[in-house]
Amino acid sequence: MKQRYFKNVVTLQYNKDNCTGCGMCVEVCPRGVFAMNGKKAIINDRNACIECGACMKNCAFNAISVRPGVGCAYAIIMGRLKGTEPGCGCGDSSSACCG
Amino acid sequence: MFLNFSILVRYNFNKERIMVKSKICCTSQDRISQKTSPKWYCCTIETPGGMVPKISTNLTLSDYLGSAMARSSINRKHYHIRPGLYATGNPDKNSFVFVTANYKLTFDHLRKNMKGIDGWILVLDTEGINVWCAAGKGTFGTEELVKQVEQTGIKEIVSHRKLILPQLGAPGVAAHEVKKKTGFTVIYGPVRAADIPLFLTNELQSSGKMREVSFHVLDRLILTPIELAGTLKYCVLLFIFFIIYSWILAGNASFSQVLAKAFHSFLPFLGAVLTGTVIVPVILPFIPGKAFALKGWIGGIIWAAIYLFVIRNTFAWIVIVPYGLLLPALSAFLAMNFTGATSYTSLSGVLHEMKYALPFILVSAGAGISFFIVIAVIQNLV
Ligand code: SF4
Ligand code: SF4
Repeated sequence: MKQRYFKNVVTLQYNKDNCTGCGMCVEVCPRGVFAMNGKKAIINDRNACIECGACMKNCAFNAISVRPGVGCAYAIIMGRLKGTEPGCGCGDSSSACCG
Repeated sequence: MFLNFSILVRYNFNKERIMVKSKICCTSQDRISQKTSPKWYCCTIETPGGMVPKISTNLTLSDYLGSAMARSSINRKHYHIRPGLYATGNPDKNSFVFVTANYKLTFDHLRKNMKGIDGWILVLDTEGINVWCAAGKGTFGTEELVKQVEQTGIKEIVSHRKLILPQLGAPGVAAHEVKKKTGFTVIYGPVRAADIPLFLTNELQSSGKMREVSFHVLDRLILTPIELAGTLKYCVLLFIFFIIYSWILAGNASFSQVLAKAFHSFLPFLGAVLTGTVIVPVILPFIPGKAFALKGWIGGIIWAAIYLFVIRNTFAWIVIVPYGLLLPALSAFLAMNFTGATSYTSLSGVLHEMKYALPFILVSAGAGISFFIVIAVIQNLV
């Protein structure tokens, strides 16, 4: 069962005009958000997006933009308190946010 | 979030802890001193690009205990592997190159799944952090990959120009830039190292399932002790507070009576903590709503009802109101912190949730605490 978070909140933007149909976004997305429709990519499952940024980073044609970040309340709160960017929390917390 | 995905690693790590093997791969003549090198290091092999250390694909007891690397690791939590090139089996110029992070568990996970595969492993310096986390930070990134490709002389060692990266490294690596800078084509392999053999037989194609991260009951269950451990410090402090509080009000009661009283005061909060950190995360998909805080709040309300009406058997509003305000708020807050441990939350989603949940939680908890204080003051004055 594929779980999804809120609807229509993610910052994912896709510009079809720039797309060359290379298929990279389909390959890198860990959530199956993109699919190929003939020679163009399409957003197939927008609400599954976790804003990891992999698609944007690997689209060589600037067809995708998204604000990448971590979906972790703990990291966001700690980031606000410490005045830093919310990061993984890796290395400084026992929270499950961290690997 | 992002142990998020290293839950996969941890999950397998726990599972396989049971099967412990101890074997070294090479003959004694080229085995290097046990004292100075970890057990998984076997020997070196000669290549056109220089000597490359060969590693075992068997995990030994010490790998599982982490003792070999623990001694040489920089800090207590992360086991670092020295970045660079390694070999498994007997690779040659046509063998695949697998790229990974220098977090010991990630590295172990990869080499274990390289059993029977002649390959090269290129370890990036991610400061001892797993691939997904490091990709988010950018340490598992284009720049570091290009640097390692140049430094290790992999261009002389292999004749092809392909690098296999874990797919979860994609947020940090721009494949087209790597190609431009090094000539190597980045191929994103499966999310789970266990799928590597299948990926190879599929001619370097990941099927849909291999590309997606999943998150099951077992994954959630394994994470809950971590969540719980995070709250332990506060639980202990709260308990100590109740002991002191009971002791001050105790008059001439014995210590065991004080302790019993403190535990009675502590119990509802302990229940709310367990609800928010263990019960709600485990049954997450079965609780209605999208917001984790809401799920936690529902769980907290149920716990508060059980505590008040069943355990305490009270219907006095003066008891119900403060507990009804505070306990669900506590569970809601803790459940909200579980967002980072799942694999389907986004930054925007969590911000969206926090915007509504956090003020509600703070007001509710604040009102509950104020209520308790007022009651305590009144009761002890009268
Ligand atoms: S990566 Fe970019 S260019 Fe390639 S298919 Fe996706 S959107 Fe189109
Ligand atoms: S940001 Fe990540 S999850 Fe969202 S579409 Fe891009 S690759 Fe997929």
